Amino acid sequence: MADVVVDTKGLACPMPIVKAKKALDTLQPGQTMEVLSTDKGSLHDFTAWVKQSKNELVSHELENGVYKFLVKKL
Amino acid sequence: MSNQQGKVQKMSAHDLTELLFAQEELFILDVRNQEDYQDWRIEGHRVDSINVPYFELIDGVEAVVGKLPASQKILVVCAKEGSSLFVAEQLADAGLHDVYYLEGGMKQWSEHLAPVKVGDLRDGGEIYQFVRIGKGCLSYMIVSGQEAAVVDSVRMTDVYEAFAKERGLSIKHTIDTHLHADHISGGRKLAESTGATYWLPEKDAEEVVFAYEKLEEGKSIQVGSTSISILPIYSPGHTIGSTSLIVDDTYFLTGDILFVASIGRPDLAGKAQDWVGDLRDTLYNRYQELSKDLLVLPAHFGSYVELGTNGVVSARLGDLYRNNPGLNIADEGDFRRTVTEELPPQPNAYQEIRQVNMGRLKPDEEEQREMETGPNRCAVHDK
Repeated sequence: MADVVVDTKGLACPMPIVKAKKALDTLQPGQTMEVLSTDKGSLHDFTAWVKQSKNELVSHELENGVYKFLVKKL
Repeated sequence: MSNQQGKVQKMSAHDLTELLFAQEELFILDVRNQEDYQDWRIEGHRVDSINVPYFELIDGVEAVVGKLPASQKILVVCAKEGSSLFVAEQLADAGLHDVYYLEGGMKQWSEHLAPVKVGDLRDGGEIYQFVRIGKGCLSYMIVSGQEAAVVDSVRMTDVYEAFAKERGLSIKHTIDTHLHADHISGGRKLAESTGATYWLPEKDAEEVVFAYEKLEEGKSIQVGSTSISILPIYSPGHTIGSTSLIVDDTYFLTGDILFVASIGRPDLAGKAQDWVGDLRDTLYNRYQELSKDLLVLPAHFGSYVELGTNGVVSARLGDLYRNNPGLNIADEGDFRRTVTEELPPQPNAYQEIRQVNMGRLKPDEEEQREMETGPNRCAVHDK
C-alpha cells in the first residue's frame, strides 16, 4: 500500500500534478504515493513529469475512468 | 526589472487566427509535454515558439523568463487552457507584460473554423474557403443567388449553418470529394439539418451504411438560378473514388489529390501500391488537360507557408506545374518511391475515422474530438 494517497479526481490540469508534486516533496526516498486522477490528459503528462523529476513510475492503470499512478520517490 | 505586475489577457482562437492571417509577430510558450509538441504545434510566418512542459514550472518560472522576449506578445498554450493560465499568471507576477493564454487551449484551436472569401463567380455568386487552421482542413461554400453548396464540410456544421443564415442562404448540396481519413466529415449531418442532398463518389462508398447521391463525371451540380456548375472530374489516387470539382470554369477543388505544396498520399485506405498508377495518371495526364489558369483550392494544407494573404490557401494550376515538387518527378520509378516510401505517419485514428465517415461507427462528441487530435498528414511531403 502506498505511503500517501493523493486524490485529484475531478480536478483539471495543472492541479493533478501540482498536488502530486506537493505530496512528493514530503516523502522520503523509498516511499511511495498513489495519485488518483480523472483528467484525460493525465497519462502522458504524468509519465513525463515522473521521468523528468527523476523518480520512478512503479505502475499505472485505468479503472472505471480513474487513472491510478503509483510513484516511488528515489 | 519592473515591480509592476503585468495582467494576463485571454486570446481566443478567433483572435489568434486573425493574428496569423495578418502574419503578425508572436512568441509562443507551449507548456504541453514534449511528445505532443513534436506531434503538432501552432506555427506562422512570424511565430517563434519554445516548449517547456508546465510541470517544470510548478515551483516558479525563473527558468523560462530568460528565454522569453522582452517586447513581444507572448502567448502561453496548453492542451485545454488550465495549465497555460497557471503559467501565464506566474509570468505576469514575474513582471512580464503582454502575456496571453490561449482560450480553450489546443482543443478549441483544433476546432476553430474561419471563413475567408476566395473570389467571385462570373454571374454574381461567391466562393468562400473555410479554414480549420488548427488542423489544416479546408472546406468550401459556393454561393449563388440564395443557394449554397458546401464541399468537404468538417464536423463543426453549426459554423456553415450560421454563415448561411446570416446571408439568407439555403444550403442545397453538401459534397465530399472523397471518403476522408483524417477528419470526421460533417457532410451528412449538414445535409440532414438543412434538407440538402449529400454527395459522395460511389467508389469510396462501397461500405457505407447510408443513402447518398453519387458524385460522378457527367453529373454536374447546379447552385442558384444563375446555374453555377460544379463539374466532377474523376481523379483517383488518394482514394479510389477521389473526385475533383471545377466550379464556374474558374476554381478547381482538388480534394486531397493536389495541394499547394505537395500531392496526396495514396496509402490511407491500405492500397498504396495499387493506386500509385492512378495517382500518377491523374496528376500527370488528366490534370494536364485542364486550363493552367484554374485556381487550385485543395482540401488541406500541411504548413502555414501555404497560407496566402488573408489566409487563403490557393495556387494557379500552371504555377503548381512549375513549382510543386509532386508534379515534377519525371521518372516514374522515382515517383512511385516518393509516394510509397518514407511517408509521414498516418493521421491519428485514420482507420476509425474512415469507419465513422462510412456511418459504421458512431462516437460521441468527446470521442470524435479525440480521434481528430493532431495534424492532418494527408500529403506526401507532410512531416
